[in-house]
Amino acid sequence: MADSVLSVQGLTAAFDTDRGRLRAVHDVSFDLPRGQTLAIVGESGCGKSVTALSVLGLLPVPPAVIEAGQILYDGKNLLELKEREMRKIRGGKIAMIFQEPMTSLNPVYTVGSQIVEAVRLHKPLSRAAARARAIEMLKLVGIPSPEDRVDAYPHQLSGGMRQRVMIAMALSCDPDVLIADEPTTALDVTIQAQILDLLRRLQAELAMSVLFITHDLGVVEEFSNNVVVMYAGRVVESGSVEEVFAAPEHPYTRGLLASVPPLAASRGAAKQARLQTIEGVVPDLLSLPSGCRFAARCAHKKSEPPGFEACDSDEPALFSLGPGRASRCHYSQP
Amino acid sequence: MSKNGKETSPGTAEDAPIGSEVYWDPPEAPAPDAGPDATGGSETKDEDGAAAKERRPLMHAERVSKLFPVKKGLFGRTRFVRAVDGVSLYVRHGETLGLVGESGCGKSTLGRTLLKLLEPTSGRIVFDGRDITHMSHRQLRPLRRRMQIIFQDPYSSLNPRMTVRSIVGEALSVHKLAKDAAEEEAKVEALLKRVGLRPEAMKRYPHEFSGGQRQRVGIARALAVEPDFIVCDEPISALDVSIQAQIVNLLLDLQDEFKLSFLFISHDLKVVEYMSHRVAVMYLGKLVEVAPAESLYERRLHPYTRALLSAIPVPDPSKRRLRVLLEGDVPSPMDPPTGCAFHPRCPRAEKGKCDTETPLLAELEKGSRHRVACFHPHD
Repeated sequence: MADSVLSVQGLTAAFDTDRGRLRAVHDVSFDLPRGQTLAIVGESGCGKSVTALSVLGLLPVPPAVIEAGQILYDGKNLLELKEREMRKIRGGKIAMIFQEPMTSLNPVYTVGSQIVEAVRLHKPLSRAAARARAIEMLKLVGIPSPEDRVDAYPHQLSGGMRQRVMIAMALSCDPDVLIADEPTTALDVTIQAQILDLLRRLQAELAMSVLFITHDLGVVEEFSNNVVVMYAGRVVESGSVEEVFAAPEHPYTRGLLASVPPLAASRGAAKQARLQTIEGVVPDLLSLPSGCRFAARCAHKKSEPPGFEACDSDEPALFSLGPGRASRCHYSQP
Repeated sequence: MSKNGKETSPGTAEDAPIGSEVYWDPPEAPAPDAGPDATGGSETKDEDGAAAKERRPLMHAERVSKLFPVKKGLFGRTRFVRAVDGVSLYVRHGETLGLVGESGCGKSTLGRTLLKLLEPTSGRIVFDGRDITHMSHRQLRPLRRRMQIIFQDPYSSLNPRMTVRSIVGEALSVHKLAKDAAEEEAKVEALLKRVGLRPEAMKRYPHEFSGGQRQRVGIARALAVEPDFIVCDEPISALDVSIQAQIVNLLLDLQDEFKLSFLFISHDLKVVEYMSHRVAVMYLGKLVEVAPAESLYERRLHPYTRALLSAIPVPDPSKRRLRVLLEGDVPSPMDPPTGCAFHPRCPRAEKGKCDTETPLLAELEKGSRHRVACFHPHD
């Protein structure tokens, strides 16, 4: 892509376990265009969070091993940087917000001092100036009376407020890229709407690029420009949100979209109908099938005549379907 | 449209003595042999005929409250959290009542209080015509079999040291539902099969299962005692999307097969709408709107319901609506706002009315079954 601020190429990340090497992320590639939002969506264990943590060099090595790939930011491969250089980028140029703000904020320091610490790590500011910056950031994320709240401890704030503090901290050093790992999953819908609204506003104001990790397809549709669907460590589909949601190509994506009940569904007949489901469970990453990883649960494959065995014997490649659009399914082969 | 709660819905009048009125709606289609007095009966315990039984809801609660004491400091005054505040509701045979609200609104406490897993502070709970409010554990035991609960987190609600065989079998032996070990074994196997687990699962422990399978074990345990009424407390919230749909379908199948009644508690409004015949919306311990599902989602009379529904992200660009963004957080139930508890966040709040008077849950039009507690409902 022409102007991508972050580019992940062929990333393979594994963990050494008692039962052998587990590839949590297998040959994953994507580009994050500048100023846009890319969502990585998938179920638990699909590798979306491991991908995000790899970008920031936050995987514990060992047991984690980056087997292959490049993560290009600003012309540099982040995987080759020394820890000292990485520390300048992490939290400065590339910031992250996590799912559970209570466990990622330090309970024994005030939120203000935690923001001050983050700011002074990356910017040559005096303590007083950094505190002013902290108050300014708290105000930016819509925390009422920020002059008082700057001295509050995390437990004195509600879940929504804590997530705002996390966002304030992440944005305090003017990052280029914000990685948001399920930032609204632990929140109620009304608070989720507030936080998404805030992120959208800040992204436009600060011209940030956002890598958004989530399992919620509704959030993806509302918040993102592009989407990458992951399944069992693989990218199975990618494309613009409009294309993928209007005409999902991979059977897994189709199944995911169909298993969410539509709001205000037509009643009566539909009431008795059952939801479409994806049968079975995600395969064990330590004993993957030799063919397509989704084959055992695939609706498309089952409806086919038994003569078609490619699904069980060969893993399909990620077939390109046009610019930025791809699907990992034998039926997508041009 | 009447704003006078007493006129339109006698059941919510705050000064009437508990148990003196019928406040549930008549059944959708009256039983063929029901007499002209179909809505006239006033006391549940006097009715005995089959037709009366048909009219009567399986479970109903009248102005149930649950207060938790909170002590501040060593000599501090004991204060109370009103987790559930004067809630009246009913669930019919084979019906699903959905209960939605944000975390901390008291929906789980209400579910547990209805099953008498928590003692109600005040109010009355009637199950199948019998007042269970003050029953002792011993008196309650035969009824317990008929009232079950499925929890959100199937891992913490299954004993990790017991095999699935003994987890499900325990429910059978407590209620003496199997003659001998062989019959118990056969029943457990049949139950596991019914919820979609293989017989090999019997010898395994909870940690060997995935979240969805564990939830199936939890459902099998609840089903083991052949209940009539199941409180489903966020049964799918901890599961992945594709697994959620499997469990939703399983619950719907089981409901059809065994004529189960559900109280389906969830914060996922899409799933609640899909599952439920009627839906109740809860805010700070009170019900603010109760209506048949399609009516609730279509009309959304209460400003809170409206905000809650508009906040749901929908994966379909054509369905997107104008979003009502609520300001601020849910207030503390220890110190709820005066008047209507929602007024500090409400875009329609009227000064001098909403902040001083408490709106009652009442039908907007008589007979519509659509109840709302609001002085300025939408419509």
